[in-house]
Amino acid sequence: MKKTGSRVRPVFAHIVLILLSFMCLFFFYVLIINATRSHGDLQKGFSALPGKYFLQNLKNVANDGSFPMFRGILNSVIVSSCSAALCTYFSSLTAYGLYAYEFKARKVAFTFIMAILVMPTQVTAMGFLRLMTKMGLYDSLLPLIIPSIASPAVFYFMYSYLQSSLPLSLVEAARIDGSGEFHTFNRIVLPIMKPAIAVQAIFTFVGSWNNYFVPALIIQSKNKMTVPILIATLRGADYMSFDMGKIYMMITVAIVPIIIVYLLLSKYIIAGVTLGGVKE
Amino acid sequence: MKKKKKSINYGKWGYLFILPFFITYLIFSLIPLVDTVRYSFFEYFRSGIKQIGPNFVGMENYISLLKSDMFKYGANTLILWLIGFIPQIVVALVLAAWFTDARLKIRGKQFFKVVIYLPNLIMASAFALLFFTMFSTNGPVNSILLSLGWLKKPIDFMGSVFGTRALVGFMNFLMWFGNTTIMLMAAVMGISMDVFEASDLDGCNSFQRFFYITLPLIRPILAYTLITSIIGGLQMFDVPQILTNGQGNPDRTSMTLIMFLNSHLKSKNYGMAGALSVYLFIISGILCFFVYHMTNDNDPDGSKKAAKKRAKEERRRLRR
Repeated sequence: MKKTGSRVRPVFAHIVLILLSFMCLFFFYVLIINATRSHGDLQKGFSALPGKYFLQNLKNVANDGSFPMFRGILNSVIVSSCSAALCTYFSSLTAYGLYAYEFKARKVAFTFIMAILVMPTQVTAMGFLRLMTKMGLYDSLLPLIIPSIASPAVFYFMYSYLQSSLPLSLVEAARIDGSGEFHTFNRIVLPIMKPAIAVQAIFTFVGSWNNYFVPALIIQSKNKMTVPILIATLRGADYMSFDMGKIYMMITVAIVPIIIVYLLLSKYIIAGVTLGGVKE
Repeated sequence: MKKKKKSINYGKWGYLFILPFFITYLIFSLIPLVDTVRYSFFEYFRSGIKQIGPNFVGMENYISLLKSDMFKYGANTLILWLIGFIPQIVVALVLAAWFTDARLKIRGKQFFKVVIYLPNLIMASAFALLFFTMFSTNGPVNSILLSLGWLKKPIDFMGSVFGTRALVGFMNFLMWFGNTTIMLMAAVMGISMDVFEASDLDGCNSFQRFFYITLPLIRPILAYTLITSIIGGLQMFDVPQILTNGQGNPDRTSMTLIMFLNSHLKSKNYGMAGALSVYLFIISGILCFFVYHMTNDNDPDGSKKAAKKRAKEERRRLRR
């Protein structure tokens, strides 16, 4: 009884895992196959083999003036990389400030950040929209970038990382050697935090790349739209009259860059998922 | 001791270093929050090109929201979240148990981990658009099912309440089960190997081990996953918004709270949007409170206390 059980279980486990993986990959497979086929072919029904229209579809996407996809990608890259850079730098700075220095408001500041750790941005969206309009930042990329300086979750990650890997004696030693505080942070602390910064930079980049709610409120003009807004306008347009091959290609263009980055860095990303979790 | 000495000389640097964070938070979150709360007490909307208000109306926005479809949208959000969350936590628990089971030799563990985490990074809006095209009546899914002979005529997934909700739930499941699996795996691996070895010696089978050892010991992380997932569910927007083009079709049965907020914001209905935001703020505040306790307490959900109690009972049993 027990023997058959121990033989069946691994087989069952592998079957379930393969089914789940199939589910995860199937949609991307169909997406990429369909992106290589022409509108006419797509109307005839699904085929498992790729077609020859990949470049043609890509050209159609690139030349479409009403959905400037490549402009959108450029905007998304600008917003996401600036957000990732600002967010990781200032989160590290804040974490270091609270970790390495003793001052009156320290405990209050820490408690405050922990209290807003998971506060959704949507609840302040209305005031945010009004304020940005008043400041003349409506329909600009800046409101999508600057708020990432204050990211409580990234701060918490950096703080945990500092606790585990920065001995305060090192800071002390740097002081004795005559290093200024700011210099110590940039030249000694930041290099130590590199692994944490890399992981959080990836997550912030991806989060910002995929963000839809706030950009959809702030951005109005076509040439400032980021990729998710373009996808949404595509959905809102008179859909069925479009070239389907082109639509699949647009979706491909929106998600494939992230998939490639992910496959290259998957080891670090998966290791990074758990680091920000609950402190045990 | 050392720290005390430092505080005299270097405290101002601490303030300086945390200043950018707090200034940014003040400008981009706190002031907007105050503004949101303030306008929730005003009649302030746009009808056509005419701007009405702001006139102070007290709690009127709150009351009219209670009479509106808000509860229906809240229920929708809850249902959509549950359809995704239940399979997600079950599958994640099973996978986490399998991946960490030394006796069950899973091949290609790294491959499976990479694959199941992949959907989490996909742009939710693009993913929803992809599902919209794939599950449309003349899309690939229907065409595959028809050509296999499993269907006589195409299913209109987005035309039925169940179909739409199931699609949203399924997408949320796909996007999050890998993430949850990895979180839970880390929790299981945090359990001391001695416990598992001892249970092996006592002749524990894998079911007993899962229900009596693994599950109780990862309770803090389970609770954390639950709360963060509720917060995520409350913010559900991208997937149903794009899938149903902001309409929440059919008959607004897949309209979530944030989609409701978004439609008020888009139509510049600031008074109502403010009141709705305040309701959402209160709910998220309560959830934040739980997360705060989990990340700061040593005994987040009473599990340690429970463990102590269990240990006591264990000792009593041993004595017998």
